[in-house]
Amino acid sequence: MRLEYPTNIRIVLVPCTGKVDIIHILRSFEKGADGVYVVGCMEGSCQFISGNIRARKRVEQAQEILDKIGVGGGRVQMYNLSAGEGTHFAKFAVEMEEKIRGLGPNPVKNSKKNLAA
Amino acid sequence: MIVADKKPIEEIIEVIKDHDKILVLGCNECVTVCEAGGKKEVEILASALRMYFLNNGKEMVIDEHTLERQCDHEYLEEVRDRIDQYDAVLSLACGVGVQFMAEKYHSTPIYPGVNTCFLGATEQRGLWTERCQACGECMLATTGGICPVSRCAKRILNGPCGGSSNGKCELGKEVDCAWHLIVERLKALGRLDDYEKVCSIKDWSTDRAGGPRKVIREDVQV
Repeated sequence: MRLEYPTNIRIVLVPCTGKVDIIHILRSFEKGADGVYVVGCMEGSCQFISGNIRARKRVEQAQEILDKIGVGGGRVQMYNLSAGEGTHFAKFAVEMEEKIRGLGPNPVKNSKKNLAA
Repeated sequence: MIVADKKPIEEIIEVIKDHDKILVLGCNECVTVCEAGGKKEVEILASALRMYFLNNGKEMVIDEHTLERQCDHEYLEEVRDRIDQYDAVLSLACGVGVQFMAEKYHSTPIYPGVNTCFLGATEQRGLWTERCQACGECMLATTGGICPVSRCAKRILNGPCGGSSNGKCELGKEVDCAWHLIVERLKALGRLDDYEKVCSIKDWSTDRAGGPRKVIREDVQV
């Protein structure tokens, strides 16, 4: 397929998106990530029944927390695709990269730099 | 178990904002089961608070720790050698844990990080319902295992009242009438005769009406 997608995305492999917890998302921001997106299987086709639904709910909770603390819930997103949809994977990466570039850098990272200076 | 719910983060921020070094302290018991104050919630809250204060130009030290229980001396002792390092503790234990902690460590402010709600059960994940009001004189033996003290809004001991309609309470259609449940249960047990027995006046002195309560068991005291 040889599809291209932005190189500034770091992929973290998990056995199922149901393994992704709110703290994993928050820690990414604490460590300086500008955005986080979770890519799971299509809803209704989870091998573990509800892993991707749990992930969606956790993403929503992370969005709520990030909104409240001023980081911005828009920096987190859940996507769903099937294993055969490589084109979608690349499309989501491009879409997320554009969205995050529009939002600018993670404000926590900037604050850390300012306090250290 | 004791059921608690998360406090809004805005409320917590307001309480701790003037401190510089905070310990977020979880509890491994009831509040872990009801997903309000266990290790996971400690991690999430501490991370969110650190980011909030950084974002607002303040590098606050917010450490995390979770005790087996906060309602027992032996577990609370675990933090004795480090508690003086902190300006305050944000305890995610129930109200009992927060108070016990405050009684033990006089010079450190202990703030509650959850709202303690009731004694209840996990009906399903994310749904906890009240089952007991700790009245101190259990009458479940005569009511088919359903408690009119905690589940009837009026705490009626010889019910139902006139507000019961189609098995629901006059409070709303989502609230079961406790006495309807009791009658149905006694019927299923073949013990409807119990329902005919009038319950005499309950001794409420063992409830909160008698003031703060104590259980003294000299047989287990050493």
